Amino acid sequence: MSMIEFHNVEKYFGDFHALKNINLTIDKGEVVVIIGPSGSGKSTLLRSINGLNTISSGKLVINNFDIADKKTNMNKIRRDVGMVFQHFNLYANKSVLENITLGPRLVLKENEEQSKKEAMDLLDLVGLADKAESLPSMLSGGQEQRVAIARSLAMKPQALLFDEPTSALDPEMIGDVLDVMKKVAHEGMTMVVVTHEMGFAQEVANRLIFMADGEVLEDDDTKSFFAHPKEERARQFLSKIINH
Amino acid sequence: MINILVRYWPELWSGLLSTLGSSLLALVGSLILGTLFAFMEISSHRWVKFIGRVYVEVFRNIPLLVVTMFFYVVIPMFIAKVNGFTAGTIGLTIYTSAFIAETVRAGIEAVDTGQMEAARSTGLTYTQAMVQIIFPQAIKITIPPLGNQFINLVKNSSVLAFVAGFDLMYQGNVVAATTFNTSDTYLAVGLMYLILTLPLSYFMRYLEKRLA
Ligand SMILES: Nc1ncnc2c1ncn2[C@@H]1O[C@H](COP(=O)(O)OP(=O)(O)OP(=O)(O)O)[C@@H](O)[C@H]1O
Ligand SMILES: [Mg+2]
Repeated sequence: MSMIEFHNVEKYFGDFHALKNINLTIDKGEVVVIIGPSGSGKSTLLRSINGLNTISSGKLVINNFDIADKKTNMNKIRRDVGMVFQHFNLYANKSVLENITLGPRLVLKENEEQSKKEAMDLLDLVGLADKAESLPSMLSGGQEQRVAIARSLAMKPQALLFDEPTSALDPEMIGDVLDVMKKVAHEGMTMVVVTHEMGFAQEVANRLIFMADGEVLEDDDTKSFFAHPKEERARQFLSKIINH
Repeated sequence: MINILVRYWPELWSGLLSTLGSSLLALVGSLILGTLFAFMEISSHRWVKFIGRVYVEVFRNIPLLVVTMFFYVVIPMFIAKVNGFTAGTIGLTIYTSAFIAETVRAGIEAVDTGQMEAARSTGLTYTQAMVQIIFPQAIKITIPPLGNQFINLVKNSSVLAFVAGFDLMYQGNVVAATTFNTSDTYLAVGLMYLILTLPLSYFMRYLEKRLA
């Protein structure tokens, strides 16, 4: 069953053509990793899925809702599709616990007790139950990112988007975050992950997508992608990020 | 100078109370108006934004005295007779609100855009995100420049003297004209302004520390 469908999607920023004729289908339960050089449109593609940027033309269907349709409630889609950012973006004025409970309380209308209980369970999952009362500024980057993942999970989303979730982290913290992401993947979450962590891709991704200059140049299952990339540019890029 | 303070204390004291009243009213009013226009300035609706910008640009680029005179003359023409105190306070409120709008807008814009994106991506509405996440952070950034605006406001309230607002400056002028001792009179008046502005200044610093 498809969760996310791009049909001939184009995106322009002014004159700049950021996404070129994107056609993609991501099924429920799939884990898709997107790679590609800087500026190739990876973030733009991801951000269009939960409406942080609009598309210029084409059709984008999330959970059977056309996001260009005026009747589609974008907030409802955002509730079902969570996003994890490169720089975590934890709410600086809220405690770790409040960061997680805010969405469930305001959007899902959960009561305080229930949302707190669920938040504590999620903090257990990401290994940070002892930080519930801390402010984000008191956490390390790796801890912040794990809280950010817990915050997204608290909305009980049907899919999660990750935009370079580990690229702002010190090397020794990357592992903890990837471990949490693997756990989430093993629970069957639909995930679209922009990352250059090829170990993670090899272990959990069903599919690998290579983007360059706003286009999807290659889209293949993980095994065959690693074994023999069809596109020369994909091959070169892969060897660069694996050897570095 | 002590002589003048003692002798004309009733006049000066009533002037100080008028200045305090006008300043307090203008402070509350301009904070509300300024915040409102700050939100208009950052609105995604073109016309709302346009109106916000015009308001701010007009009122912060015209001298306060002109704005005040305008209200002193125009309101009586169309609405009702107003005294100097009211017209002065309205002028002061509107003039200051333009500066406060800019201050608050800058504060909101200084909050990392990632905060809004994260909030929206969890399904919060724009208003919920503003109220819960952005505005509380903006306030903190805004406190120090807001303190400057408030202190300017108290000092600027001396504009009431020009429209017979019976404020501290006005009473000072009266005393000076009676005693012919201008230097001592205005020294006394200056000291009395400090009675108002220094506590305000300390209070804003205290707020700044408490919220940091
Ligand atoms: N809001 C915007 N306005 C104008 N141009 C933009 C905007 N957002 C992105 N772009 C441009 O679109 C192109 C694709 O950007 P995008 O952020 O999607 O790339 P990316 O693949 O995520 O790169 P990186 O690996 O550096 O994150 C870039 O050239 C960028 O400058
Ligand atoms: Mg990017």
